[in-house]
Amino acid sequence: MDEWNFFIHQVVPALNRGLVQSMWLILPSASIGLCLGALVGTLRAYGPLPLRKACDIYATVFRGTPLLVQLFVLYFGLPSIGIYLSPYTAAVLGFILCTGAYQSEYVRGAFLSIRRGQLLATQALGFSSMQSMLWVILPQAMRRALPGCGNEIIYLIKYSSLAYIITFIELTGEGKILAVKYFRYTEVFFAIGLYYLFMVTLANFLLTWLEKKLYIPGFGRG
Amino acid sequence: MTDQTMVLRVENISKRLGGRQILKDVSLELHRGELKVLIGPSGGGKSTLLQCINFLIPPDEGRIWLGEQQIEIHRKQDLYAYRQKVGMIFQDFNLFDHLNALDNVSIALRKVKKIARKDAEERAMRELERVGLGDKTTLYPSQLSGGQKQRVSIARALAMDPEALLLDEPTSALDPELIGEVLGVIRNLAQDGMTMIMATHQLGFIRTLADDILFMQDGQIIEQGSPAELLDAENGSRTQAFCAKLNELSDESET
Repeated sequence: MDEWNFFIHQVVPALNRGLVQSMWLILPSASIGLCLGALVGTLRAYGPLPLRKACDIYATVFRGTPLLVQLFVLYFGLPSIGIYLSPYTAAVLGFILCTGAYQSEYVRGAFLSIRRGQLLATQALGFSSMQSMLWVILPQAMRRALPGCGNEIIYLIKYSSLAYIITFIELTGEGKILAVKYFRYTEVFFAIGLYYLFMVTLANFLLTWLEKKLYIPGFGRG
Repeated sequence: MTDQTMVLRVENISKRLGGRQILKDVSLELHRGELKVLIGPSGGGKSTLLQCINFLIPPDEGRIWLGEQQIEIHRKQDLYAYRQKVGMIFQDFNLFDHLNALDNVSIALRKVKKIARKDAEERAMRELERVGLGDKTTLYPSQLSGGQKQRVSIARALAMDPEALLLDEPTSALDPELIGEVLGVIRNLAQDGMTMIMATHQLGFIRTLADDILFMQDGQIIEQGSPAELLDAENGSRTQAFCAKLNELSDESET
């Protein structure tokens, strides 16, 4: 019964609080990061050369260094040049930049997978570049990119836990404090794991629903 | 069917790609209702010529007129308007994979010509019926056979009310038993007086329907004339020799 009380009165309220904080991190990071990735990915596939190179460098840097290092630079490093970010701002900014770099890779791949012939066909029908992009390339690229982008969002849900290291107390942070206080690591971290599993399942459910909704016979399968 | 109204005039087109001269000073004229056929060995520049005519590949030199109007490639709006009037049929169809047959045909009407959805779909429906696919409107490209895909792409081009059609080997990606249905559609177009330039090696089709044969080799039109003139076994033309070779090959593959 003692166990039960501990869970109901200590673990669940703390983790619920943490869950809300995690959501505050994940929702803006995932949505803004996806937009950033779409923009950067588009520029990397079709942009003018200097811009394309700049975006390539951005993606290389942010995919090539650990997220934790990026967060440390944002939170502990920037003050040395006079920029002070709150833990929340530093975390969200770091997540957006990191996830944007990965998303750009999925988006770029999706664009490159579209047969050039379809672009020729739009040109031959008198489409402007903007019109081909909007009505032929994007609807297809979006469907091609969806599984990869969804995967990245699922990653983001889990690596959002790194925010607690730069002192933004979210789900993992709340749990860690609790575990240390009561010296009950196993139960608490197991519960944290379940919370993440819950978020990922929810995200997966939404992504599968979206994939079904956008399904087109024969498209992207074989 | 041919009259003397000039539809398309191509003058002195040249194109270099990757250091190689693909087209050398090619000129041709296309009159209303005429069917000109391009033949010749692969790598001879047929496909590049067709793509240069509607500027999918911008020619290095040369001029192109549609009717009385010379096309200025640098004026985007003129270029888009010109391309709407010159339809293109590709060897590998190039249908839009995410749209069903009806939308493949109607999308350019809706988005480029800004025709209301209902009218655009009615028009698309008529064109699909014209190519014998009135019952396949809701199917996606992956659900259509090669011959059906090519007929959808012809309907898509026709829906734009083109003044001329450019056909780049429209049957060479098809299984032999599907070639007939596509050639049948093109034959009907020719008989209805559609103005066309077509790269093809279908000799039976060329003999009965072509007004003019252009034989292309090494980026130049080296022979030009009616099928009767060029295909006569006695005349020793390059075209005749090439076609005899084609005949031999197709006989071999049939035995």
